[in-house]
Amino acid sequence: MEWLQQLINGISLGSIYALIALGYTMVYGIIKLINFAHGDVFMVGAFVGFYAIKGWGLGFFPALILSMAFCAVFGVLIERIAYKRLRNATRIAALITAIGMSLFIEYGTIYVRGAQPEAYPAGVLPSSSINLFGAHINSQALLILLVSVVLMIILQFIVQRTKMGKAMRAVSHDMEAARLMGINVDQTISFTFAIGSALAGAAGVIFGIYYTKIDPLMGVIPGLKAFVAAVLGGIGSIPGAMVGGIILGVVESIVSAMGFSLWRDAAAFLILILILIFKPSGIFGKNTREKV
Amino acid sequence: MLKVNDINVFYGNIQALKGVSLEVKEGEIVTLIGANGAGKSTLLKTLSGLLKPKTGTIEYMGKVVSGKVPQAIVKAGISHVPEGRRVFSNMSVEENLELGAFTRKNSREIREDLAKVYELFPRLLERRKQLSGTLSGGEQQMLAMGRAIMAKPKLLLLDEPSMGLAPLMVKQIFNIIEQINKAGTTVLLVEQNANMALSVADRAYVIETGRIGLNGTAAELQASEDIKKAYLGGA
Repeated sequence: MEWLQQLINGISLGSIYALIALGYTMVYGIIKLINFAHGDVFMVGAFVGFYAIKGWGLGFFPALILSMAFCAVFGVLIERIAYKRLRNATRIAALITAIGMSLFIEYGTIYVRGAQPEAYPAGVLPSSSINLFGAHINSQALLILLVSVVLMIILQFIVQRTKMGKAMRAVSHDMEAARLMGINVDQTISFTFAIGSALAGAAGVIFGIYYTKIDPLMGVIPGLKAFVAAVLGGIGSIPGAMVGGIILGVVESIVSAMGFSLWRDAAAFLILILILIFKPSGIFGKNTREKV
Repeated sequence: MLKVNDINVFYGNIQALKGVSLEVKEGEIVTLIGANGAGKSTLLKTLSGLLKPKTGTIEYMGKVVSGKVPQAIVKAGISHVPEGRRVFSNMSVEENLELGAFTRKNSREIREDLAKVYELFPRLLERRKQLSGTLSGGEQQMLAMGRAIMAKPKLLLLDEPSMGLAPLMVKQIFNIIEQINKAGTTVLLVEQNANMALSVADRAYVIETGRIGLNGTAAELQASEDIKKAYLGGA
């Protein structure tokens, strides 16, 4: 039953990608910007969680919540400082700014605390092997999956049912019409950054606990892969980001399980290339029609 | 109720409105007619705060509102139904109507007004759970108007409600505009369909390339030879 084990591992990894991908896709949905600094918010979240656990001795859930809160504020600051003034600029200007922001956060972190990696302490979450239909499944993998699923359900609730969620959907569909409803567009965009960044922060803590090692450049590859996941699912689509993340995680596990671990990253980017060639709008993407 | 004093509005270097002044009194239907690109939509967008006049002022209920953000203007009681309806097609009919009441807090009053909107537009009640993108053009116009009414406006700005609709539907929409007005909402109506607009309006302004030309009662304008030639398709 090794395939079941690999499947669960893949889904757990995929749920981390999905949490990051949600931030990409929500921000893209609302201001049409690929926020390349998003992977670095994930990194900052991992470090906040690390210091909370190691330095202050907090448990998993308090550390998770602290990291999410910190990243929410951090994400809003990034938007207010770097992106807000570029709202009417060309998209390429905003994109270049996002890349600059990403480098700034990475090397700013190195400047502040140095480049050395850290290791999440063991035993934050109980790690035991559960026997399910003959497959050995790590209890951590299951717990991580559970936490991710709960976060995504909360997100769905916020987006579908709350007033702020409705405002987010309205702004992402038609900013000017949303203004005419009396929606405060700036506030809605900040809220979107806050939620997306909080999810990335959660993903950072989960990643740290699962993979142990964290460092200031750890956000680059998961960030890019989450971007692939968002494109795969259809950028701008929330269910798309979830499904895209899970698919990507499962594909990577399968590739590893077949003995091609070194090709794991290549598989992710191959998916990106194939999607861009054959279905650029992604699985759940709308057919892109440029508004005139 | 609304007084526009000599406003000048620019898109970049291009001047779209040149010294426009007009007035809307409480309870009236005032129409602004003019050709494509004359500045009709620009004027409405300036009234609702999407655009800011470079000079000149807009007074509403005795207070200057020019330069305020759309939110504040919606709260003050001006709702704008934009050209092309602009419904949120990814959301249900009811969600669209709820968004119309975004600035309001009292959920009991909102529910009552929702019932009133459904009374005014029974079609919307039938389709309340449907995605608004699946509605016909006329139904979308009804939804856009219903959504604006949900803000409980004292002044309703309507931009080309007849655009792209079948004549029968246009009639129906204009009937509803008269009903809304009779229920106590003042209406500023922008139209290319001058015939239809003059038939429901009390007074009218004609706008030509960013300037207000003729103005007067609807009856006067309907009788004017110039207007007949230019806008009513008669000689």
